[in-house]
Amino acid sequence: MANENARTDVVVIGLGAVGGVAVLPLVSAGLNVIGLEAGGWMTTRDFAPDEVRNNLRDWPQAVPKAKSEIPTSRANINFEAVQGGGHPMMNGVGGTTLHYWAQSWRLNPWDFKTVSETTRRYGAHRIPLDSTVEDWPISYEDLEPYYDTVEYALGVSGNAGNINGTLQPNGNRFEGARARAYPMPGLRSSVFTDLMSDAARQLGWHPFQGPAAINTEVYGDRPGCLYHGFCDRGGCHVAAKSSTAVTTIPEALKSGRLKVITHARVLRIVNDANGRATGVEYLMGNQVMFQPADAVLLASHTYENCRLLLLSKSRQFPNGLANNSGQVGEHYLSHHQVAPVTALFPRNLHNWYGLPAQGVAIDEWADDNFDHSDLDFIGGGNLWVHTDRKPISAAKMSTFDQVPNWGAQWKAFISENADRTNTSYTQKTTLPYRGNRLDLDPLIKDKLGFPVIRITAEYRENELRIAAFTQDRMEEWYRAAGATQIIRAGLGGAMGLSTHAYGGTRMGDNPQTNVTNRFGFAHEVKNLGVLGASVMGTSGARNPTLTAQALAWRTAEYLAQNWDTLTR
Amino acid sequence: MNKKNNDACTEFMQETSLSRRNLLKGVGLTGAALITGASSSAIAQSSLPQPSPARIPVTEAFETLTAAESAALDAFASRILPNDDGTPGAHEARAVHYIDRGLAGAMAASRELYATGLAALDAHAMEVGNTPFHLLSTSAQDDIIDAMTRNAIPDFAMLNLGFFNTVRTHTIDGTFSDPYYGGNRDFVGWDMIGYPGVRAGSSQEDVRQGRALAPSRQSAYDMPTYTKNPAGPASARSGGATHGQ
Repeated sequence: MANENARTDVVVIGLGAVGGVAVLPLVSAGLNVIGLEAGGWMTTRDFAPDEVRNNLRDWPQAVPKAKSEIPTSRANINFEAVQGGGHPMMNGVGGTTLHYWAQSWRLNPWDFKTVSETTRRYGAHRIPLDSTVEDWPISYEDLEPYYDTVEYALGVSGNAGNINGTLQPNGNRFEGARARAYPMPGLRSSVFTDLMSDAARQLGWHPFQGPAAINTEVYGDRPGCLYHGFCDRGGCHVAAKSSTAVTTIPEALKSGRLKVITHARVLRIVNDANGRATGVEYLMGNQVMFQPADAVLLASHTYENCRLLLLSKSRQFPNGLANNSGQVGEHYLSHHQVAPVTALFPRNLHNWYGLPAQGVAIDEWADDNFDHSDLDFIGGGNLWVHTDRKPISAAKMSTFDQVPNWGAQWKAFISENADRTNTSYTQKTTLPYRGNRLDLDPLIKDKLGFPVIRITAEYRENELRIAAFTQDRMEEWYRAAGATQIIRAGLGGAMGLSTHAYGGTRMGDNPQTNVTNRFGFAHEVKNLGVLGASVMGTSGARNPTLTAQALAWRTAEYLAQNWDTLTR
Repeated sequence: MNKKNNDACTEFMQETSLSRRNLLKGVGLTGAALITGASSSAIAQSSLPQPSPARIPVTEAFETLTAAESAALDAFASRILPNDDGTPGAHEARAVHYIDRGLAGAMAASRELYATGLAALDAHAMEVGNTPFHLLSTSAQDDIIDAMTRNAIPDFAMLNLGFFNTVRTHTIDGTFSDPYYGGNRDFVGWDMIGYPGVRAGSSQEDVRQGRALAPSRQSAYDMPTYTKNPAGPASARSGGATHGQ
């Protein structure tokens, strides 16, 4: 048997976006916490403005465990799943928040009530027949205080659109009501964002700078953004990006009740004869260790959350921990972020030194913000254009079929146009469907011999119709801003790997269709909580991280407040 | 053999001998700099000749490519980004040095592809023009590359669109990368597309200037923040050394 550590109150598996947030309310409640993290610490000195290291070579300084367990993927059961590319997530204290785009949106209230609101407004027949979508067990209003808490704990910049029901001029008029403004104003505008905002207003739309977990002024002991242009998959050289590694984790460490164990590769969660989790087995170097705990919070990303549950087999849970319902891996979805529109302008856009989170959002065509009576889909897309541009990716710009992609003509083309192109980022409502799921791959193993996750999932009609509709709106916007050439990408097929991966341990009141309850604890294992987008049943039309973090805070708080009930 | 290629060949030899002198002068130091990734500011304190303070010293030796491979690849890359218009291209950027160093490390998975592909390129050139690829006329080189992109060289299956795409991608990477990695020499790649260079931050006025902004002319690793010298006290925030177990 493994080397056994001293017992602790709570063990958290993974100190990334969600585990890194959850530790703070736990230690604040007086609980002793051990955080197991597969990666190590990195500092500002590791975050050079280096496109090769960040964007081509997948962060060699991080030595991420995730690289050896890349999921396989296929559209449906008629194909063999294949492994390829890199892993979208990474390991390290702070996890993928070390280098994410840091867009920190709240979901729209509609995303929590897709079934009931669609039924009320358009009739139940408008919900796709093959979808397994349910209303969330909680509403936007239930989560609002936790959104607020996390926005202030991390440091999120943005322009409020709706404070207690009063619309604000510079924010998103379609957002759910918030109790107060963001702790900091949004990122600054630029030559390009001004151009796009003016064009949007000509169309009668309401452009705004989206929210970001990036300081725009000094917040606590961290400075504001310096706009150096290497934020995309780049760590922040001045810690202006509000990663959990520089916010909630150091704050929790101050209590003395959090112990961080780095380079700990979790193998399985162990349970007793009563079906309670008793602790976590992990590998450190070549040593197998066991960390006993009264409660376990599983806080990896969606793929690894599901994999660890499926690998944690026991007499009580022969199909994997908390999976006697067979629901682990079900209701999986990859966010529909594909099908971009790319535009060429007859002028320089001045996007060197931009960042993915500095941009312009249009929410007119997202969620149920527009009338769907005469449309053949539900939901919609958030339109986003941003200022990020780096030299290697700029040189790889589309040729718009005007020149060959090599030789003298091509050289002249990129010399003139490298700063004249832009590609949209549109996130769209994505639903769970029967047949879209995660399970263990029957053939492909990681370096230790454990199966990797297999994704079997494809977009359905509803997503493809939103994508086509959104491309029309996007082209309209680019043309209004003066674009002369437009290219539309394909509408999407297989879902594939994504940083925006949802479901697999979905949250809901019905234990027959959901792994976790309304507080994020497993229906079948009462002292096991699950954190991350794997508990989310719908995607919304915007980035998931802030919602996953608000839910994580809420789950951790619930554990602290119901300690005896959950652990005795 | 045309004049242009003779010139290119002579120029290449001159560069090689120049670099050998540099290597001899800096023996030990250059190697140590490579291994530790020391910043060029550390090098600047040495006796090495410094054309400009921001210049990244480059070694000229190929780490993985053979002489024939490097010649073929340099000629290939030079047709992807030529210098026919009188401005620097992939050759001047030394994209081949970027690829060579990559193949010794992060891009090692592609080493065999380059070995077989470049051998096929020279073999095909021998059939077409009785000379290695790099000594063909540029128009003959272009014809071969064009055929490659159309998968139209049936006798040499390796010379296909996939190989072209790999070389094209890596040529771009090398031409526009941070000069720390061996390419983009003298920032010719960044100048080509009007990128004013890496800097620690930008003001709204910097952004307003766009490509008219004065270039920074530095590598990321010229900035003291990112040198790989051991951290001094209080030089980095959120240090793992003070946290954790």
